Amino acid sequence: MIAAVAQVQPGQPLQLPHVDWVTIGPAGIFFVGGLAMLLAGVFLRRRVPRGLWSGTTVVIAVLALWPAFHLWHQIASGGARTAIADAVVVDGFSIFIDVVIISAVVMAALLTDGYLRRENLEGTEFYVLMLFSASGGMLMASANDLIVVFLGLEILSIALYTLAGFQQRREGSQEAAIKYFVLGAFSSAFFLYGIALVYGSTGSTNLGVIADFLRTNSLTNGLLLGGFALLIVGLGFKVAAVPFHMWTPDVYQGSPTPATAFMAAVAKAAGFAALLRLFVSTFNTYRLDWQPIVWALAVLSLLVGSVLAVVQTDVKRMLAYSSIAHAGYVLVGFQTASNRGVAGALFYLFAYAFMIVGSFAVVTLVSGRGDTDASLDAFRGLSSRRPALAFVFTIFLLAQTGVPLTSGFLAKFYVISAAVEAHSYALAIIAMIAAVIAAFFYLRLIVVMYMAAPAAEGEEAAPTARIPIAVGAGMSLTIAVGFTLVVGFLPASVFDFARHATLLKL
Amino acid sequence: MDWVVFVISAIAVLAGALGVVTSRNPVHAALSLVLTLFGIAVMFVEQQANFLAVVQVIVYAGAIVVLFLFVIMLLGVDQAEDLEVEPLVGQRPAAVGVGVAGLAALLLPIAFGKWQWLSGQASVAGPAHSGTEPNVNRLANALFTRYLLPFEATSVLLVIAVIGAVVLARRPLHTERQGLTAREEP
Repeated sequence: MIAAVAQVQPGQPLQLPHVDWVTIGPAGIFFVGGLAMLLAGVFLRRRVPRGLWSGTTVVIAVLALWPAFHLWHQIASGGARTAIADAVVVDGFSIFIDVVIISAVVMAALLTDGYLRRENLEGTEFYVLMLFSASGGMLMASANDLIVVFLGLEILSIALYTLAGFQQRREGSQEAAIKYFVLGAFSSAFFLYGIALVYGSTGSTNLGVIADFLRTNSLTNGLLLGGFALLIVGLGFKVAAVPFHMWTPDVYQGSPTPATAFMAAVAKAAGFAALLRLFVSTFNTYRLDWQPIVWALAVLSLLVGSVLAVVQTDVKRMLAYSSIAHAGYVLVGFQTASNRGVAGALFYLFAYAFMIVGSFAVVTLVSGRGDTDASLDAFRGLSSRRPALAFVFTIFLLAQTGVPLTSGFLAKFYVISAAVEAHSYALAIIAMIAAVIAAFFYLRLIVVMYMAAPAAEGEEAAPTARIPIAVGAGMSLTIAVGFTLVVGFLPASVFDFARHATLLKL
Repeated sequence: MDWVVFVISAIAVLAGALGVVTSRNPVHAALSLVLTLFGIAVMFVEQQANFLAVVQVIVYAGAIVVLFLFVIMLLGVDQAEDLEVEPLVGQRPAAVGVGVAGLAALLLPIAFGKWQWLSGQASVAGPAHSGTEPNVNRLANALFTRYLLPFEATSVLLVIAVIGAVVLARRPLHTERQGLTAREEP
């Protein structure tokens, strides 16, 4: 399967590998589109109609769907394959993650438009960085080589660090950027060391070669296991799994809210894409070694995320802790190492992208100019000021709780049933307990929005300022709430999509 | 001929190393470091490790020393350092001790002829390259065939790093007064 590096004799021309551009089409369109936008932004400067850049970003994202659909049909008829000298893999799994990332970009770009105008930060850079970051995430999802995984991770992360610090005038944003950058660089070092150990024990960075090697050789030394542990640390950081979650609350709270929305959806999807591909597919023969680690991470993420979210008074921070708990549910699906578990995890990531971008969109609108106030008090009595906004937020919160007839319920249902099927009963029960704990703080927020109790003594009266809703933000919310409800009622098509999005058998 | 090259490059390496520790001006120390690193690159060429030589020049003499110089410039070149002050108590004797220990760790195996103390193997001697092909060609071959995509993705990564740095470093286009707190005023 793997072409050895041809021995070129001096004087002979180099045989370049065949580059099938469509296989990296979605990521390529994002990157080239981002570059074009950057240049256009330099020449047009301030003479642009409202919403041009946001619209362009959406167009680029939708364009990227075309190679994705094309590849999906190719895979359906011809099967999954590797391409470009085995550096990338084209399978249903990578296409699914591409679609998740594209949806997140569309919603985040629509949301960003009004936000940038409100904050007086207009320009192309925010969108460009978002596109670049997304292209890195897509590269991670389709990587078939540890080096490509690492490069995708860095492309994703470096753009995210910048997005976190985009609001230079706010101290919180700068703090978020520096914290994310320093800890992220640290976790990248862990990841690289993991790659080095896996390479040292298997003799290749190519996932196909590694899988072949592990099938035919049984390694007894600790080198490979050390590599597994370090890879899990590096990617566990990106998906915010406990105990690598310390950065999450501060970074989510400090970053510009649309950047937080984007980060929550895309970094999680890309990180889990790499985790699932590496462990469920490549290191499958060693699953008895890594499953206990993932089990422990899942339990810790579920419980720590849910319990700490309860005591938060800032909604952004609360959503950050709840995103840690959500990482725990995806880990539950991952832990099973079964097709059903992977499909459940993919469905969860897809549903989660819409819920979380929608939730942060509401927070963006409510927290007001400068992202100043995202405390629970800012949401007090939201239903009387903006009934539609309160209703939409309620749907997102109910979906995150896992109330039936929303996508969130089915997402939880699929991962937990996969865990039961894999006989991980304890994990399934812990996941359900965590869902009950989490319900407390989601419902508390709903109560705060709908029951504007008269201000108690020493408490400020409910805020009364009008909340302007930008057109783009409205569209973003509509898409998110539409998906959450439609998938909640009719999950079959999306779940079929996730079920057919299988990993390439190595 | 080998001998002549070795002596010249060894003198350059040692002179540079002495320059790093003796010069009082930090910029001169950094430039002496370039001399040392360059001498080592010449030694690599002499050992027919062409790739290592190129990397030595690009990464160490190029990138790392430029980084040092950046930091020195940033902190101010003209600040005369008082070398009598010891910020950490006992750092000078400790540095001497570590230096002597490091030198001993290198020289003792050579003196006793026990190479396995260094590398765990009796000998690491072997041809720097196998076959007729120079190692630069082999690396180029790997970069443009099996690692073509990672190679290109690296360039994407560099572009993004530059854009990110520019976005974070530039001043806001139109500073709004009411958004600034007194402390953020320049």
